[in-house]
Amino acid sequence: MEPLDGNAVAGELAEVFGTEMTTFTATCGSCGQVGPLAEVAVYDMEMGIVIRCRGCTALLVVITRLRGMSCVDLTGLAALEPA
Amino acid sequence: MAGTAVQRRLTWTVATVTGEVRETPSVRTLLLDVPGWAGHRAGQHLDVRLTAEDGYAAERSYSIATAAEEPVSITVERLDDGEVSPFLTDDLQVGEQFEVRGPVGGYFVWEKASGGPLLLLAGGSGIVPLRAILRERSRTGSDAPVRLLYSARSLPDVIYRAELDGYGGLDGVEVTYTLTRHQPPGWTGYARRVDAALLGEVAWPAGENPLAFVCGPTSFVETASQGLVGLGYRPGRVKTERFGGTGGA
Repeated sequence: MEPLDGNAVAGELAEVFGTEMTTFTATCGSCGQVGPLAEVAVYDMEMGIVIRCRGCTALLVVITRLRGMSCVDLTGLAALEPA
Repeated sequence: MAGTAVQRRLTWTVATVTGEVRETPSVRTLLLDVPGWAGHRAGQHLDVRLTAEDGYAAERSYSIATAAEEPVSITVERLDDGEVSPFLTDDLQVGEQFEVRGPVGGYFVWEKASGGPLLLLAGGSGIVPLRAILRERSRTGSDAPVRLLYSARSLPDVIYRAELDGYGGLDGVEVTYTLTRHQPPGWTGYARRVDAALLGEVAWPAGENPLAFVCGPTSFVETASQGLVGLGYRPGRVKTERFGGTGGA
C-alpha cells in the first residue's frame, strides 16, 4: 500500500483537533525529522489513520475510529506546533 | 495561524449538483451549490461522503477545482475499482445531492501574496488544484510568472486542455505537456515520464527562488520533488500533495 500524505486527511484531522492541522509542524520522536503534517506518510484505512515519519518510518500518529469515536495516539511525536 | 477568520466547526452539509463538464472520457467536473459555504482558497479540498441505504458510508477528499470567490466545483477521475469515483463521474445527475464538508487543508494553497515564480508540476488528475491556482492567479491579477509541466498518458487524457492551451505563453504562463504513453502523429514535445533531466530543462533555475507545487500519484510526486531538490530547490519551497488515483502519469 503506497502512502498518501497529510493533505489527504485534512478533514479528518480538522474534525479530531478542531482546527486546520496540515500546516502544523511535526517533529518525529524517533529521528527528529521536522516538517509540516501535510508532508508525512499517511495510510488511510477502514479502521483509522496511521501516520509515519518519511525519514525513518516510525509511527507518529495513530487515529482509530470505533463506533463513531476517534481515539488519538500522538506518542510518536516529539512536538506538534503551529507553523 | 493563518488569517483571522473565526474557526467554524467542520460539519457535513448537503450539496446540489448544478452543472457538469465532461473533461475526458473518465473525468467529470461537478459544479456544486453548497449552502452556507464559507469560501475557499485555491488548492484546498472538499470531503465527500456517500451513504448507502444500509448505512454504509464512504468518504473521499477531492481538490476544489476553482479559485477563491468562484463557485465550488470538483473534478473527479473515475477509478474503475473505486467505491466513490464511478458514482461521481457517471451515475450522479445534475440536480441530485450528496454530502460534503469543507473547505479543508491549508498547506497546498497559493494566494497572490505567496508570489512566484511559480512552478506547477502535475501528474494526471493532479492538475486539479494547480488549475485552481492558475485561476486564482488570473483572478487576482498576479504577475507571478508560471511554468506548468503536466504529465498525462495522452493528449485526450489532458484535463482542462482548452483552458490550458489558452495560456500559450501569454500572460506569463508557459504550459508544457509530456505525453507518457501515446503521442499524436508529428508530436514534437516531451514523451516520457518526468525525470531529473526533463525538470532541468523546464523548471525555473533554483537561483530565482521559485515556489513549486507538485501534485499527482505518489511515485510521480516522489520523483518530481526529489528532482527539484536535486536542482537546488529549497525543500520548504516545494509543496507536495499525493493522491491514490491511477493518475496515468
